[in-house]
Amino acid sequence: MSTLKLDLENYKELLKEYIRTKDEQALYQAEQFSKHSMQHNISPEEIINIHVQSLQEIYPEMPADIQASMNFLLETMISYGLAYQEHQALREKQLELKSELSVAANMQKTLLSTNKPDFNGIDIGAISVPAKQMNGDYHHFVQDQEGSLGIGIADVIGKGVPAALCMSMIKYSMDSFPHKRMDPSVILESLNRVVERNVDSSMFITMFYGLYNPQDHKFYYSSAGHEPGYYYHHEQGEFSEMDAPGLVLGVTKDAEYPQKEKLVEPGDMIIMLTDGVTECRQGDRFIEPEEVLEIIKEYMHLPAQEMVEQVYKHFEKLQDFQLRDDFTLVVLRRDV
Amino acid sequence: MDFQSCVNIKKEWDIVGARQLGRDIAKKIGFGTVDQARIATAISELARNIYLYAGSGKVCFEAIDDMNHKGLSIIAVDEGPGIEELSQVMEDGFSTSGGLGAGLPGVKRLMDEFDIVSEQGKGTEIKVVKWLR
Repeated sequence: MSTLKLDLENYKELLKEYIRTKDEQALYQAEQFSKHSMQHNISPEEIINIHVQSLQEIYPEMPADIQASMNFLLETMISYGLAYQEHQALREKQLELKSELSVAANMQKTLLSTNKPDFNGIDIGAISVPAKQMNGDYHHFVQDQEGSLGIGIADVIGKGVPAALCMSMIKYSMDSFPHKRMDPSVILESLNRVVERNVDSSMFITMFYGLYNPQDHKFYYSSAGHEPGYYYHHEQGEFSEMDAPGLVLGVTKDAEYPQKEKLVEPGDMIIMLTDGVTECRQGDRFIEPEEVLEIIKEYMHLPAQEMVEQVYKHFEKLQDFQLRDDFTLVVLRRDV
Repeated sequence: MDFQSCVNIKKEWDIVGARQLGRDIAKKIGFGTVDQARIATAISELARNIYLYAGSGKVCFEAIDDMNHKGLSIIAVDEGPGIEELSQVMEDGFSTSGGLGAGLPGVKRLMDEFDIVSEQGKGTEIKVVKWLR
């Protein structure tokens, strides 16, 4: 009660001042007054009420009709006041949700973290950056008992929380696979069954899985409808597309994932990515796949990790630092 | 001072009647202009809910005058279909007001006390109180 009274006195003085001087200084103080009132959750009808009371005190002889009209104004402000309070409540709720989401995003980061292995004879670079708080892309390195290196890269169609939940499932299925060598086609077949059984049919996951055998330098790979990767032939200095036929995970129970293989020569490079890389946009224009390769070529002289980071920086800048889709790029290069 | 008076709600026009009676009683109890306007708005919401969703019902007013408490109690009763998801209608931004801030959460904000009992197929009773400060 006392603060409101103080405000009334304050308001009356400001109003008087303005009526006397009609200058900007008083109007600026009115602005300050309204901000201060908002901080104390004073709703618009109360401001009108303060105005009416101030008028009555400044002009005791104010005509009754004018006074009545003020009550009319006050009445019209009640609903605005309610909408304002609702807005405040929803804002608080939004902040709550936001902080919950960032806790979830941190948890996801821990859950889905994968260690980039130090692998003899192979230089590895990997980067994965979410467009929003939660990442719908996933990449995973695994070294099996026989010394091969497995690399999975996946993308959930869709973004945000549902996509992230979906990815956690993929991660745990992969963790539960035996540690002996498994062919990419077998891995995709079993993941396909997991997804088909457990995920809503409106949600799709694409995945590219590769296995590098350091004994014979062969790279085996299969794809479940995933963005094709690229292969760089060091000797010819050329890129070629690296794709394998296969349905997106979770569409049908008995999908098969034919496996291909490539002999990796010294200096050759394997590039795996998600559509967040190939579908970068500059303004309204989608970039061409060749542009991705050009940029990769530009940074190819760097160690693999620096290379993927520079490529990411390039596209981040190209898109004005606002990713539209989760961005994941993994590069393997056989040492020369 | 202890009297109760009711207004039957059947037509949209009855909402105005309920507001009028509620405001008169609020004035008599001693509520100021701002609180009168808030009470009238709450009555509007309660009466409009009856008119729109139950078809008919009534809004009753009771002046409260305890030893150290003065206030106005309003009870809105209908025998309409009842409310299925109470937690939903009490949620901000959900109401059919379409984000106009009114609805039952609005009524709750306008008044000091709010109580609702609703049974599907039997009807709804909402009791609200505004205390004189």
